[in-house]
Amino acid sequence: MGSKLIFLIVVVLGVVAIAQLVRLYELSSKLRKRGEHEISNRDNRLNAKLMLAFMFVFFGSMIYLMVNYGWTGRGVAATEHGERLDWLMSLNMIIVLVVFFSTNFLLFLFAFKYVKKPGVRALYFPHSTKLELIWTIVPAMALLVIIVLGLIEWDNATSKAKEDAIVVELYSKQFDWTARYSGKDNTLGKFDYKVTSDKNLLGIVNSETLDYAIDKLKNDTLLGIDAMERNLNNKNKIYSVEEREKMMTTLHRNEEIYRLLVQLKNRHDKSLDAQSWDDIIVAGPAEKLYLCVDQEYEFNFRSKDVIHSAFFPNFRAQMNTVPGQTTRFKFTPNKTTAEMRKIKNDPKFDYSLLCNKICGGSHYKMYMLIEVLERDEYNAVMKAIDLGSDNATRPKDDQLTEKELTILKKKFGDALPAAHRFETLFKGAPAPAVAPVVEGAEGMVAPADTAQVAAVPGK
Amino acid sequence: MSVLAHEAHGHHDSHHHDEHAHHEEHFVSKYIFSQDHKMIAKQYLITAVFMGFVGMLLSILFRIQLAWPGESADFLSFFLGDTWAPNGVLSEDMYLGLVTIHGTIMVFFLLTGGLSGTFSNLLIPFQLGARDMASGFMNMISYWLFFISSVIMFISLFVETGPAMSGWTVYPPLSALPQAVSGSGLGMDLWLISMAIFIASSLMGSLNYIVTVLNLRTKGMTMTRMPLTVWTFFVTAILGLLSFPVLLSAALLLIMDRTMGTSFYLSDIIAGSEMLTNHGGSPLLYQHLFWFLGHPEVYIVLLPSLGLSSEIISTNSRKPIFGYRAMIGSTLAIGFLSFIVWAHHMFVTGMSPFLGSVFVFTTLLIAIPSAVKVFNYLTTLWKGTIVYTPAMLFSIGLVSAFITGGITGIILADSALDITVHDTYFVVAHFHVVMGLSAVFGMFAGVYHWFPKMFGRMLNTRLGYAHFWVTIVGAYGVFIPMHFIGISGAPRRYYDYSVYEVFDGETFLKFENLNLVITIFAIIAATGQLIFLFNFFYSIFRGPKAPQNPWNSSTLEWTTPVEHIHGNWPGALPVVHRWPYDFSKPGWEEDFVPQTTPLKEGEEEH
Ligand code: HEM
Ligand SMILES: [Cu+2]
Ligand SMILES: [Cu+2]
Repeated sequence: MGSKLIFLIVVVLGVVAIAQLVRLYELSSKLRKRGEHEISNRDNRLNAKLMLAFMFVFFGSMIYLMVNYGWTGRGVAATEHGERLDWLMSLNMIIVLVVFFSTNFLLFLFAFKYVKKPGVRALYFPHSTKLELIWTIVPAMALLVIIVLGLIEWDNATSKAKEDAIVVELYSKQFDWTARYSGKDNTLGKFDYKVTSDKNLLGIVNSETLDYAIDKLKNDTLLGIDAMERNLNNKNKIYSVEEREKMMTTLHRNEEIYRLLVQLKNRHDKSLDAQSWDDIIVAGPAEKLYLCVDQEYEFNFRSKDVIHSAFFPNFRAQMNTVPGQTTRFKFTPNKTTAEMRKIKNDPKFDYSLLCNKICGGSHYKMYMLIEVLERDEYNAVMKAIDLGSDNATRPKDDQLTEKELTILKKKFGDALPAAHRFETLFKGAPAPAVAPVVEGAEGMVAPADTAQVAAVPGK
Repeated sequence: MSVLAHEAHGHHDSHHHDEHAHHEEHFVSKYIFSQDHKMIAKQYLITAVFMGFVGMLLSILFRIQLAWPGESADFLSFFLGDTWAPNGVLSEDMYLGLVTIHGTIMVFFLLTGGLSGTFSNLLIPFQLGARDMASGFMNMISYWLFFISSVIMFISLFVETGPAMSGWTVYPPLSALPQAVSGSGLGMDLWLISMAIFIASSLMGSLNYIVTVLNLRTKGMTMTRMPLTVWTFFVTAILGLLSFPVLLSAALLLIMDRTMGTSFYLSDIIAGSEMLTNHGGSPLLYQHLFWFLGHPEVYIVLLPSLGLSSEIISTNSRKPIFGYRAMIGSTLAIGFLSFIVWAHHMFVTGMSPFLGSVFVFTTLLIAIPSAVKVFNYLTTLWKGTIVYTPAMLFSIGLVSAFITGGITGIILADSALDITVHDTYFVVAHFHVVMGLSAVFGMFAGVYHWFPKMFGRMLNTRLGYAHFWVTIVGAYGVFIPMHFIGISGAPRRYYDYSVYEVFDGETFLKFENLNLVITIFAIIAATGQLIFLFNFFYSIFRGPKAPQNPWNSSTLEWTTPVEHIHGNWPGALPVVHRWPYDFSKPGWEEDFVPQTTPLKEGEEEH
């Protein structure tokens, strides 16, 4: 309260002070018989000098920032196409900075030099076709170069991924990311938003998830269609008008979705079920997304609710995620996290996936960490995740090898990265009472439960 | 009709005429429901000044959060109270609300309604030698719709669930789903209603401007003798007329998606825990519609400023504008091209990359006429004799900012590079330099230059100087560092950057430092605007009386009497004999020749 009063007093006093100053100034110019529109030579020269001074400060601070915060300010790129984009950025920056410095220089120079001087008359120079042609054609040529080089890189960055690219899906929702590796078959299981449920957050479609979703929609004790109808018809239950209306809307919606789900089920091809069971799900930000260095990835993006944008600053990649539509982007990381930490001289550095499209209150907190591994590390991790707690029960040939175990041990110490086969998640493999002991590396645990909890959104 | 009537009255001496007018006119019809273009221009200006200050205040509120994230500030609780700034810390949702309304106000209410509304109204009839706009009545309606939409937008700030919070572009589904963010409830309704009214206002204004330019030019005022101001207002009005209806349709479809269960923009959505049945719509459709207006809109914002500054730079260098016809040509080229570049805002939205390439090409073309304009300004200054009125300072500032913002446009237009900077602060810096600096400088320049014409009094020059220097230092101080934050990857519309602390400490520190610098400069720049505010209102009432032609200009408005009269000229309408830029013409004693002066024997026009 006190501060508000002080604030107001300061404002009022300020205005009064300026008013007094202006009066004084006006009196003095009245005495000198000079109107506000007659600019004195002194004022002209002062402003001309300020123009020049401003230019020096302006250029100086620009150069200061460039020196201090990096020329294009963003460190090295960590993907193949990213390095080429950085090269292109540097080239374009040079072109535009030359224009920036030279034209601003001319502007402020002229502003300084051609200030009105008593007795000098301006040059009458209304046009010159030659000059005008020059400054139409020269920028046009420069732009042509920029366009051609730009489009080559654009094509390179947006063209189809190669056959051997690993397919990964990134699913966005308010306010986190979930990744889905396509698993051993490198094919993502089909999805449909209508089969989304507490156990199937990404809406992955197969016979069992369909059955589950249909059953839940119909028979859920709270929000199932049957329960709702019962409640609405129950004379003993009293609802306010709004409540009733809201329930009716939900009911109608659910009935429609139910109908569509049944159709979906009838059309469903059971042979595709396997595609989805082996998919591996990583729920950020609690869990990290692992990528392999020098391996091309084809990312498919989806969104549950509003538009988000998958933004990977270090990989120089970005693509919006759009509800109702799948978008894509590809890239090939070419520096492992370990390498990048050395380059950046920051042992805590990590690659990140951020959200870069306004998506609601916690937009700024929506991120996921990414770790780029050496190929042998990556293979070992993916295998370990795929096996999960089954490792010990598999035939010897499928199990993690001695070598892989050492790699894992070295990289992750005692805790395996948390991530899960969709099958395990959905079927909710009963959590082993005792943590599964992986041969040769005691205590290496897949903290299945914690991860699973993190993947369930706050309802 | 009414024009003819004025013609008949027009033989009185100006002062008398004015006094008669006073007798006949009611306060209401003179100051409130006025149909006189000069009064309407003033109404627009004052509304815009108010909205501009609201917009600026909002920006200071959220800049405080960015510079001192999570710290309590009395300033915030003073303005926002406990709901939106509990314990003096801005809430996440309100942060987005402030950003959204700030952007909306600045782009639409200050720089579209305010800028065109003020200067098209003031200058089109004046500079063409017309008694008034083609339809004074429609002009009045246009202002009052603008006023109503301003009031609704302002009120939306005080709604319980908050104002619209989905950014000034209000992309659905975020803007369509109240479940997604609280501002998408009543706040969004008000936003849409306000904008729909705003568009109606803008369309009426545009129609009026176009018809007036085409039909009411005085004798001798051929299209190629029109001042560049009128040319830019004319092209701006055409852009508005063709593009605003598209925004209206975008808004109407959004309203329908919000209230009637249609699915234009919605498909396969689970909002919170509600599974919606909408299917088949596309959020990209909205973006196409929005930017089909949105891009021409940025030129609707900029072109009038370029026109104003062309006039001011020529007058105050005492030189003809260099390349008059090239200036007209580039204005037309920009106007045309601005309709075929919209999807450069959508390179990474999931639109087909091939389509993206086409838009790279068209977008970079637009840099050519822009470059022509810059070089023409420079040549106009070259070997001039520059008089530093405050308007001239702001016009030079405009050219500098137009260069600085234009070149970053070239980076953004390169789709490959845009992948890395889209939706970062680099974009924010780009468009603020072209709009927040360049267009706003043009508007200030216009106010300083034509204030004597509007209010019959002079603004204080010294305060004008102070205002300019504080503003340009403050504004560049804000937006130059912003490029560096953006290019190193800072996403826009982030409430704070603390996530960076988790994975990239160095970058986090950089953002912290620069954000602090930016906010300090923003506060300096904002304080500078108080100088203007004071000067403006003080001079309206107490400024020294203006002479008839304070800047020795050659255009027609300076041949009208200082006191405003109905019909502008007391006698017959002036007749035009030459273009408006005969400054320092060889063979003439004076360094300017008014448009009304006939050519001498054997004199070439230009
Ligand atoms: C040389 C001329 C220009 C070019 C090539 C250009 C190019 C671009 C491009 C490609 C974008 C999209 C960037 C992105 O979202 O990633 C953009 C954004 C923008 N530009 Fe320009 N621009 C130019 C001049 C202007 C001018 C003169 C204005 C305004 C007076 C302007 C206002 C804007 C605005 C408001 C946005 C961003 C809107 C938003 O996302 O909120 N631009 N510009
Ligand atoms: Cu998001
Ligand atoms: Cu644009």
